[in-house]
Amino acid sequence: MSGFAKPLKIALGLIVIAGLIVIPMNFNRYGLFILSQWAVMTIAAMGLNLTLGYAGQVSLAQGAFVGIGAYAAAIMTTHGWPLPAAIVVAIALSFAVGWVLGYPALRVQHHYLAFVTLAFSTLAFLVFRNESWLTGGIYGISNIPRPHVFGIATNKPLPFYYICLSSLAIVSVAVWWLIRSPWGRAFMALRENPLRAQSLGIDTRRYTLMAFAIGSALGGVAGALYAPLTQYIDPVPFNLSLSLDLLMMVIVGGAGFYFGPFLGAMIAVLLPEWLRFTEGYYLMLYAIAVMGLLIWSPTGILGILDRTMAARRTKAASALRAVAKSRLETAQ
Amino acid sequence: MSNLFDLLVAGLATGAIYALVAVGFTLLWQTSQTINFAQGEFVMLPAFLMLAAMHVGAPFWLAIILGILLSMILLGLAFKILLVDPMMRHGVLPLAIATMALAIGIKEAVKQFFSAEASPFPSIVPTGDISILGHAVSLQSIGVLVVAILAVFGLTTLLNRTSLGHQMQAAAQNPTVARIIGVPVERMILLTFLINAFLVALASLLITPIYLAKFSSGEVLGQAAFIAAIVGGFNQVRGAIAGGLLIGVLDNLAASYVSTQYRAAVPLVFLIVVILFRPQGLLGRPEERTV
Repeated sequence: MSGFAKPLKIALGLIVIAGLIVIPMNFNRYGLFILSQWAVMTIAAMGLNLTLGYAGQVSLAQGAFVGIGAYAAAIMTTHGWPLPAAIVVAIALSFAVGWVLGYPALRVQHHYLAFVTLAFSTLAFLVFRNESWLTGGIYGISNIPRPHVFGIATNKPLPFYYICLSSLAIVSVAVWWLIRSPWGRAFMALRENPLRAQSLGIDTRRYTLMAFAIGSALGGVAGALYAPLTQYIDPVPFNLSLSLDLLMMVIVGGAGFYFGPFLGAMIAVLLPEWLRFTEGYYLMLYAIAVMGLLIWSPTGILGILDRTMAARRTKAASALRAVAKSRLETAQ
Repeated sequence: MSNLFDLLVAGLATGAIYALVAVGFTLLWQTSQTINFAQGEFVMLPAFLMLAAMHVGAPFWLAIILGILLSMILLGLAFKILLVDPMMRHGVLPLAIATMALAIGIKEAVKQFFSAEASPFPSIVPTGDISILGHAVSLQSIGVLVVAILAVFGLTTLLNRTSLGHQMQAAAQNPTVARIIGVPVERMILLTFLINAFLVALASLLITPIYLAKFSSGEVLGQAAFIAAIVGGFNQVRGAIAGGLLIGVLDNLAASYVSTQYRAAVPLVFLIVVILFRPQGLLGRPEERTV
């Protein structure tokens, strides 16, 4: 990229961030709820993007980890624990369960792994539904309190939106750092060529488990924010369709692209709202849009961008080459 | 003891339906590496097509024929040409995700154009009980079992005894060589899609009188067929049949001997155990692991 592109990118990023802080100030309750939901789902999708997009391990269980995080937060905060403590527990729990779920990935790959995680997802749902002594069963848990931050109550939608947004910011920075660290490169090596990664001395076993555990932990974070956001949880939102939705978000946005989950979650959470004027047809239109997009670009929206950029760069390079060649010929 | 017998018969009947769906599922996987996450919705839709035909005045037998034909056009031909063909070269995962979107689309379309409520559906088998070895067995279970067994038997005969079937198997196992020896591979793949559409329409006809026609009923069915296909062997038709029967029986036994709350967990745990210790399925041949 040329010299001015980087400041331009930074400026664009700052504008988007400022927009996310300022514009929602005069949103109504529902608009803020949807935006908060976008932030929460982006966190969960980022976790899945680490597991699937960077480390190449198919998981159909991210929704279950959102559920685990949500129940951990709901149970703890309704028993008087502060939310940060609940988030820590949610992370630890999802990390541990995600680590264990990673073990099948050491034995089986691709569609088999997808089916194992799919089964796990449904099992987790059954536990949420049936263990009423812990989770309230089908009646769920209500009156989940929202936290006080620096003495400010976040019961109103706007302050809580800022909590979701700042959590998203923290997670984004952490993931940005992670994928640039040696770990992130090890994940990508795992995706591109596990055999070669192993022969280069990467402990593929450990990194596979890590990819699952860290991705799942982010699902847990998202869940721990989801519970106080809705203030009421029951098992239904955490069934298999949430896992499938999250997977669709990652693929539609662009798996393996840093900004993929942001876009994917935006489309999955906001597009149905924009299509609301079509009444009952909006999910149908959403499904058709997703299929159309995947036919056009299986690497998602950012895949299109990536390809046009690459095409432009090749074009520019070949133009330069042509110029250089003609110069050489005239010089002779 | 009589309880166990009843459970076995009922389990075999649902299992036979699962087997039909699972066989179609494995056929698509073998010929075109399609993991069809919409398979459950494929079973749900034909019943509504038949109901729609009856709404406009067609008698039941005509509605059945129309429903099967329509589902072969929509779920066989259109599914292959509009979704699978353009996606096939992109690999397994994007296509699988596209079928997930298709599942949402079908569900929503049925909810929107038909009804969100469950509708009753006439049975092709007369209701009532007959007595076998001193046990009262519902005619419906027997009828379902007989039709499903005939369908599976017909399919295996087609695959193993006819030239067409051999060509289909060749196209599935090694498309390049099949093409060289003159098998019209494309036509064979299309044929498997049509067979799958026929099987799901048949399954729809058999299972809907038992569970009612509802837009969301595909979810449970699709998952059961998945599990059946994998447990039995993802790359074998007879594996899918065995898997279907096994899951049907297991499901029914679990409901009465384990707990109604966790009945759905038993096949899932079984699935995980099978994948971990015998990933090729109980009857499947091992696939090389793509590393």
